Amino acid sequence: MGIENLLLGFHVAITPYNLFIAVVGITLGTVIGVLPGLGGANGVAILLPLTFTMPPTSAIILLTSLYWGALFGGAITSVLFNIPGEPWSVATTFDGYPLARQGQGGQALTAAFTSSFVGALFSIVLITFFAPLLAEVALKFGPPEFFAIQLLTFSSFVGLGGGNPVKSLVAILLGFILAAVGLDVVTGQLRMTFGFLDLMKGFDFIVAVIGLFGIGEILLSVEEGLSFRSIPTGMNLRVVLDTWKVLPRYRRTFVRGAFIGFWMGFKPGGATPASFMSYAFAKRFSKHPERFGKGELEGVVAPETAAHAAGVAAILPMITLGIPGSPTAAVMLGGLIIWGLQPGPLLFQEKPEFVWGLIASMYTGNFIGVLMVLAFVPLFAAILRIPFAILTPVIVVVCAVGSYAVHSSMIDIWYMLIFGVVGYAFKKLDYPLAPLVLALVLGDLAENALRQSLIMSQGTPGIFVTRPIAGAITAVAIFFFVLPALTPWWRRFHGSAPAPRAT
Amino acid sequence: MRLADLVTASFLALLGGLVVFDAVRLGTGWGTDGPQSGFLPFWLGALLIAACVTIFFQAARRADGTPFVTRQQLGPVLKVLAPAVAFVALIHWLGLYVSAALYTGFYMRWIGRHAWLTVLAVAVLFPLVTFLVFEKWFLVPMPKGPLEAWLGH
Repeated sequence: MGIENLLLGFHVAITPYNLFIAVVGITLGTVIGVLPGLGGANGVAILLPLTFTMPPTSAIILLTSLYWGALFGGAITSVLFNIPGEPWSVATTFDGYPLARQGQGGQALTAAFTSSFVGALFSIVLITFFAPLLAEVALKFGPPEFFAIQLLTFSSFVGLGGGNPVKSLVAILLGFILAAVGLDVVTGQLRMTFGFLDLMKGFDFIVAVIGLFGIGEILLSVEEGLSFRSIPTGMNLRVVLDTWKVLPRYRRTFVRGAFIGFWMGFKPGGATPASFMSYAFAKRFSKHPERFGKGELEGVVAPETAAHAAGVAAILPMITLGIPGSPTAAVMLGGLIIWGLQPGPLLFQEKPEFVWGLIASMYTGNFIGVLMVLAFVPLFAAILRIPFAILTPVIVVVCAVGSYAVHSSMIDIWYMLIFGVVGYAFKKLDYPLAPLVLALVLGDLAENALRQSLIMSQGTPGIFVTRPIAGAITAVAIFFFVLPALTPWWRRFHGSAPAPRAT
Repeated sequence: MRLADLVTASFLALLGGLVVFDAVRLGTGWGTDGPQSGFLPFWLGALLIAACVTIFFQAARRADGTPFVTRQQLGPVLKVLAPAVAFVALIHWLGLYVSAALYTGFYMRWIGRHAWLTVLAVAVLFPLVTFLVFEKWFLVPMPKGPLEAWLGH
């Protein structure tokens, strides 16, 4: 049933224009992934205004390609510079950097890119088959079910996110509050504007993402005393082919990583814990666990497979349910709304060429991506040799341009700076930023779902419990919300030592 | 860290108070056709206050001597932040491109101590490329100032 749809998708994705868009996206994405202070989420946010005039399918191909590029780019800095470009690349540094120091950077990078590709491919194949099924199920969902899923999304940040659960909750609440500022389209009243005209437009999530992740990240990285000591890549065709001969040895690690990645990935915030989990499993099942951390190729394969599988899996809930699995997916979801598409299960019926074009472009994009990074690693690594005094103002200016372009309004650039300082402070105080952004994007959708549900039930919140599907999802959500409170009790009963949490 | 935690929690709790105050003004109950505008904000604000009080007491009980930011850390951070603020302020008068040129040039000379020739090349070329990409290629207008007006844009 899916084959002709997929063929339709390839028909869209393999036009010369869309292939060109994919190459541009991957190049920019890799550059963004390599640069400190620019990651997938704010790279997509900065480029979003440029896509307003494009056809939606090309626009989403540009943004997803950028995302793949950023995922690949994160591996380059982790291996060669010991700087994780993205949080989910942290585990890659454990063995990637030692390998590079031993002169095996080429092997480490080849393993990283290949694992990324394998992990991504695994998730894409699963998405190809599961997305239509999930969309079919989701078509029967009403507002209460959607609100319950939103609840589940945010509860998993609190229950499974690691760190301080109360701070995760605060981040979520702040996101929803910021989303509510401005005109309430249902009642026509102004909320939380306190007489300031500028607040009427509310806060745009694009500006928040650019400030929180872009400016905030720069402030953090200068504080840590930024210094790049690059190691030669040592990449050539022979190294690539030789590494490929060795890699099949780690097939179990590939499979395990891909499964962990997919499973964690379609839940929000999943890529980072997935990469750590996959690394820990690989170490536990290895015959030589003592080699991990000193330059074991398997220690690169495991986290990269899982991280990329998770990164791709985050797209699944975005296109089927309209709920993003990661901040980057959240920004893309915002893009969908701006392009005039209604995210959610109806997309499969109303815009099949968009959905299947996107899915097909995930195959082509990752394929082109892996070939491009393998071929051009030295070029991408050279970006970090650009002096810091040039990089910083360039990044700040690009962030300002991206913020201004959203509404052509100066106040947004000031908001960006404020969000930057807030992002810096929150990062230091362990308030997670991802749930804040997700809440800001989903705020209006969630409030509408809540309102419609309550109207259906004439004001009794019981509707979230009594409808079978909504009830089950709500139950799981409540379980996740109280999980942090239960864990200490559980441990006391069993007398086990608290397990370290991967964050 | 402890002090910063306490201050942040107090500030966010105040913010929650502000949200609740505004929500009460809008009405937090049931209107003629569904929940009133203040319904969701009221609960968001109330929960925010509760969460912040929890964080406040968590932090108050913890003895943590590490400062939020040391003097050595604050210097570089301000050296990035202050020029960035000046850059954004300049956009109001000079437009984005001229401000970007001045900002990039100043920063490169001040922090990087690059040769004047490099400074000049980057400070002119980078805004020029940005101009071509955004104004000409993607037709996204940026704020412009007297120079662009003089050049007829």
